[in-house]
Amino acid sequence: MAKPVLCIESLSCCEGCGLQILNCETDLLPIFAKADVGRFREGSDGDVDHYTIAFVEGSIVTPHDIERIQELRAKTDILVALGACATIGGVNLLKNFQDPDDVGKYVYGDKRTWFPHIAARPLKAEVKVDVEIHGCPINPQEFLNVTKCLLMGKAYRQPNYPVCVPCKLADNVCLWHKGVPCLGIVTRAGCEPYMCPSAGHKCIGCRGLVDKPNTQAAKDVMAEFGLTVDDVLREFRLFQGIYDEVSKA
Amino acid sequence: MAKSAPKSMDIRVDYVTRVEGHGNIVARVEDGQLVDCKLEVTESPRFFEAMLRGRSWKDAMFLTTRICGICACGHGTASLKATEDAMGLTLSEQTLRLRKIVLHAEQLQSHWLHIYFLVAPDFFGVPSVIPLAATHTDVVLRAMRLKKLANYVCEVLVGRHVHPISMVPGGYMKLPSVAALRDLRRHVADHEPDVWATVDLFATLKMPEFSRETEYESLRDPSEYAFYGGDLVTSDGARAKPKDYKNIIHESIVQHSSAKHVKNKRESLMVGALARFNNNSKQLHPKAKEAAAKLGLAAPNFNTFHNNTAKVVESVHCFYETLRLMDELLAAGIKDEKPPLEWPKGKKGWGVGLTEVPRGTLVHNYEYDSGGVVTGANLVIPTNQNLANIEADFRAYVPQLIKEGRNQQEVAHALEMLVRAYDPCISCSTHLVRVEFK
Repeated sequence: MAKPVLCIESLSCCEGCGLQILNCETDLLPIFAKADVGRFREGSDGDVDHYTIAFVEGSIVTPHDIERIQELRAKTDILVALGACATIGGVNLLKNFQDPDDVGKYVYGDKRTWFPHIAARPLKAEVKVDVEIHGCPINPQEFLNVTKCLLMGKAYRQPNYPVCVPCKLADNVCLWHKGVPCLGIVTRAGCEPYMCPSAGHKCIGCRGLVDKPNTQAAKDVMAEFGLTVDDVLREFRLFQGIYDEVSKA
Repeated sequence: MAKSAPKSMDIRVDYVTRVEGHGNIVARVEDGQLVDCKLEVTESPRFFEAMLRGRSWKDAMFLTTRICGICACGHGTASLKATEDAMGLTLSEQTLRLRKIVLHAEQLQSHWLHIYFLVAPDFFGVPSVIPLAATHTDVVLRAMRLKKLANYVCEVLVGRHVHPISMVPGGYMKLPSVAALRDLRRHVADHEPDVWATVDLFATLKMPEFSRETEYESLRDPSEYAFYGGDLVTSDGARAKPKDYKNIIHESIVQHSSAKHVKNKRESLMVGALARFNNNSKQLHPKAKEAAAKLGLAAPNFNTFHNNTAKVVESVHCFYETLRLMDELLAAGIKDEKPPLEWPKGKKGWGVGLTEVPRGTLVHNYEYDSGGVVTGANLVIPTNQNLANIEADFRAYVPQLIKEGRNQQEVAHALEMLVRAYDPCISCSTHLVRVEFK
């Protein structure tokens, strides 16, 4: 039987999730033994006509990006959105909250028409996404788990509980008790052992929301610590520009 | 064995591989003469400067590290320096040492990734590092060990390399224990044989012949081989304080590139390992000087391909400097220093942070209002500074290749290798901005 063919591709992003794949180091060797790499521009020459699994990092921010993701979707059996830019739009969505013409003007001045852009969006806004690997950046261990599942024909079940669960298990002092607004209360877990609160910093919500966040409890916590709506939105918008909210604009 | 060169060539390499980001090489030769040669940057524009507006001083670094996964700690460092400059903060010796170790670890991770995974396949005649895993297992395993080591140093000190967590304006949210630091130092030192095996390997690889002198730009610090800070200097004798970086770095927009171009007095300038080596090689660690001698690299060197070699030399420097800085930290002990939690009341104005990152000099420049919210930003990325120089190299290199009788495919491959020697970080470079500070 022919080996499955992998593709790793990037749209608009920092390519840090691709680097996290390389950071799996020797753990990649068994995967390369079971599958061929059809395309990985950042790490290899060459391309092929069909991919069994395509991992795509980055957001869609230009009309050309839409063409690229549609072409890729047509050549791919299983499309995996890799990292926050691809799954929830990530930091790219920040520009959607500003006037698009002003954004262009601020960066390219009177030459802005040379570099057209559209509202930034995650992959699922344009094509069907089969599997999501969240995070900014992705957790290399989760990439390995997902890839092994897919190569064995099994479904991957992503964590569907908030960061508070592993954070408590890691014995961290709750950042809210130190007066720091931490988004771990509604953010999907799965980042451990690279959990921000374990490194002393608040959760910035890079893995998106759990499926059914306990919004009422979150509201109570935020109110208890005196946060305003603006404060809360500023925290959330760094990673969770909530594409639905801005796409209607 | 000179072959007769074809009279005309149309070279188009879409999406140069084994570089970070999306760029195309376009060259046209008519009647044996080069008529057009460009590096098109087709990466989507990313607008980070615009997105910074409205962000708090506490979040600026967490946004700008996302400019680049490979040099996230470098962007983080430059970003923190810009914010600290605006706040008027002075850093402790402990914070400075920790910052420098993280910056060195990132140079190591990026240099080793580049020379082993992106450059070496050209010299072994394979499309990527993957086939080498079967034919040169020891080399690939060593490359992975070294890269993993550099990542691990960042993991212990700032949580992870892509994207750092613990470092914030003024210090650290979490400090390593002395015991963890001592273990880390021992673990780093264990890799000394791998560092020298890398030097030995690259001493056997012959870089292509090419020479074109240009203006080499880097930071210079009287006390050390500059990575963390210093004044901005060039090999033409230009010198500027960090806040006056625009006296040397002049930006312009060209239509074929969503990343801006940069020059000083000449048509182009070069930044990166070779520029640093040419400007500051006297300050290298003695072991790095030993490595340079083994590799046959002496300053000044005008062969762009030796940017690869300079990275090997710098990797030796950063390795021994990391050990030295760890020894200093261990001798002083770790003090429980806390970073400031509030923006200095009523303080407003702009701050500049210049840092050498793997690909050259990086500038972060922010303007803050009195509440610590960003109102303006300018970022100058090393790859932008090199773009005009890459094209100037093309114009000198293509006629040389034609004269040597290379066919179209060989010319295209040689140009790809030239681009790769710069280790361009194209996704970094496509969000440069022109900002007028009021």
